[in-house]
Amino acid sequence: MELATITYIVVGLSFAVYIVIAIAARAGSTQEFYVAGGGIHPVANGMATAADWMSAASFISMAGLIGISYNGYGGSVFLMGWTGGYVILAMLLAPYLRKYGKFTVPEFIGDRYYSDTARVVAVICLILCSVTYVIGQMKGIGVAFSRFLETDYETGLYTGMIIVFFYAVLGGMKGITYTQIAQYVVLILAYTVPAIFISFQLTGNPVPQLGLGSTLVGSDTFLLDKLDRVLLETGFKEYTTSVRLSTLNMFAYTASLMIGTAGLPHVIIRFFTVPKVRDARKSAGYALVFIAILYTTAPAVAAMARLNIMQTIEPKPGQHVLIEERPQWFKNWEQTGLLAIQDKNGDGRLQYVADPQRNELVKLDNDILVLANPEIAQLPNWIIALVAAGGLAAALSTAAGLLLAISSAISHDLLKSTFYPSISEQMELNASRGAMAVAVLGAGYLGLNPPGFAAGTVALAFGLAAASIFPALMMGIFSTRVTREGAISGMVIGLGVTLFYVFQHKGVMFVAEWRFLPSLGRNWFFGIEPNAFGCIGAVVNFIIALSVSHLTSAPPERVRRLVQEIRIPAGTLTAPTQH
Amino acid sequence: MSQLSEAQAKQYWKRNRSLMIRLMLIWFVVSFGCGILWVDTLNLIQIGGYKLGFWFAQQGSIFVFIGLIFYYVVAMARLDREFGVEED
Repeated sequence: MELATITYIVVGLSFAVYIVIAIAARAGSTQEFYVAGGGIHPVANGMATAADWMSAASFISMAGLIGISYNGYGGSVFLMGWTGGYVILAMLLAPYLRKYGKFTVPEFIGDRYYSDTARVVAVICLILCSVTYVIGQMKGIGVAFSRFLETDYETGLYTGMIIVFFYAVLGGMKGITYTQIAQYVVLILAYTVPAIFISFQLTGNPVPQLGLGSTLVGSDTFLLDKLDRVLLETGFKEYTTSVRLSTLNMFAYTASLMIGTAGLPHVIIRFFTVPKVRDARKSAGYALVFIAILYTTAPAVAAMARLNIMQTIEPKPGQHVLIEERPQWFKNWEQTGLLAIQDKNGDGRLQYVADPQRNELVKLDNDILVLANPEIAQLPNWIIALVAAGGLAAALSTAAGLLLAISSAISHDLLKSTFYPSISEQMELNASRGAMAVAVLGAGYLGLNPPGFAAGTVALAFGLAAASIFPALMMGIFSTRVTREGAISGMVIGLGVTLFYVFQHKGVMFVAEWRFLPSLGRNWFFGIEPNAFGCIGAVVNFIIALSVSHLTSAPPERVRRLVQEIRIPAGTLTAPTQH
Repeated sequence: MSQLSEAQAKQYWKRNRSLMIRLMLIWFVVSFGCGILWVDTLNLIQIGGYKLGFWFAQQGSIFVFIGLIFYYVVAMARLDREFGVEED
């Protein structure tokens, strides 16, 4: 059967499953719409959280980021950063926010800091993080469709929007949770199956996590030693030791991603769906197990696929492949523009070296490592189709989670809690469906007309969440003394300095011409790059919030009681939370 | 607030916090420590094909993270029982 036909069948089947689930899991109340009724089993929630969390970027781009752009060890910032945040969530945030037991993140901030202003500031932070994040997902959906199903980008995006629209508007969190579970199964199979084959082919060990530390088939050279040597010979840095900019920068980058992960509202609200406090703790553990299956496989995919590409181009030292005889997958991916070659020295052979003057593999997109993996390993067509369905599942599940965070902030925090407290539950449910519909259309619009900044946005979302939402939540739980004035000024200034540093480097709204203060030089703050700056913003937030709180009068007694009550799993909240 | 007196509630929170601090210390050591700050030294040790520092950065720290969360789950369940604050 043709590859395209199989791909249509596999992707079509996965979509049919999502739609059946959507119809079966319609939401009948605001509680079901916002938190899936609060009765999700911790293992099920762990799986849904994993799908919610692992985006198009994790699935399609991360292995390439590690294996190509960050040349191996430097890419560890993503592996540690995007998993270590769950330890913070499990211990410092999720159990207490679950005990608080309401629907949204801004709602907690509004109650804890006894202020509508604090709630509205939190809504703004949430929308900034989530919108920048969702644009990346919409692009991912369009790109995955156009690459695998050979539709154009727009058709792909519209199809994706219709699917998300269907289950997110009908089912809210309830529909999203059950589809995310199905999507997790699809994406994890799609990621691990090719990795197992490749690991087995290269090292004889089918477990990629072990294969990465094994010797190559038919020799006693370790895979990583071989890769180190091949890279050094072609002028690259050693794979296992090449640091990203500096040790301090790697430290800051990892910290920013960890804190950012813990502060992303679409992840936090998943912990509102489990029945108990102890389920929230457990659920974070299961989520990390499900995430780790992909995240410990990714570095193996990165190293193995990089080695495969190097060896395809230069099978024996000094013997480069004839351009005429390059493999079919090479030609296939050249058509998509992800690979490009140029015979600069006219010898009819392909040289891939670090020196840009002599390098003839002029384009090697990060995404190629995952997307072309099955073809490089000569796997059957149904696995290629599965990778397509997996990439789409990763993008759809994350997009839906983000859209729910955005729409519930609008319908619940702005409409119900701030401007029209008198609306009935049925009206709020309709409003949340309306807000969801608008959010899907808005995200689709941004995906169709990606503003110039689409490329840099996902990294920005982490920086913003780290600098604004995370410190406010953590201080809200761990201190009874932090005041509304402290929290608001901390969030605003933390967000402000982070945006300032990023925009100063990359231009306001990522428009390159709008860069400012170029005289400061690149990465002028101790050599820290803009994507790694979120943890500095967080530190600024903490310092400002604590100092301002010290100067303003203590929070009212009922807030002190609220904080003490969320720290204890048993009992219902007695502190009045409305003001 | 459940049946806990103010003093008991304080004690419960103190025990929870000291557990958190100990576990977060390990969290810091395996990632920022072994994976970043001391990576060069640890890389002198080789386990199979892995340099040890590289292994912590790309595999080991993640496995430890999982262990930490489940340890916290179990230890907190014990603490909740001890103070009689487990939910139903």
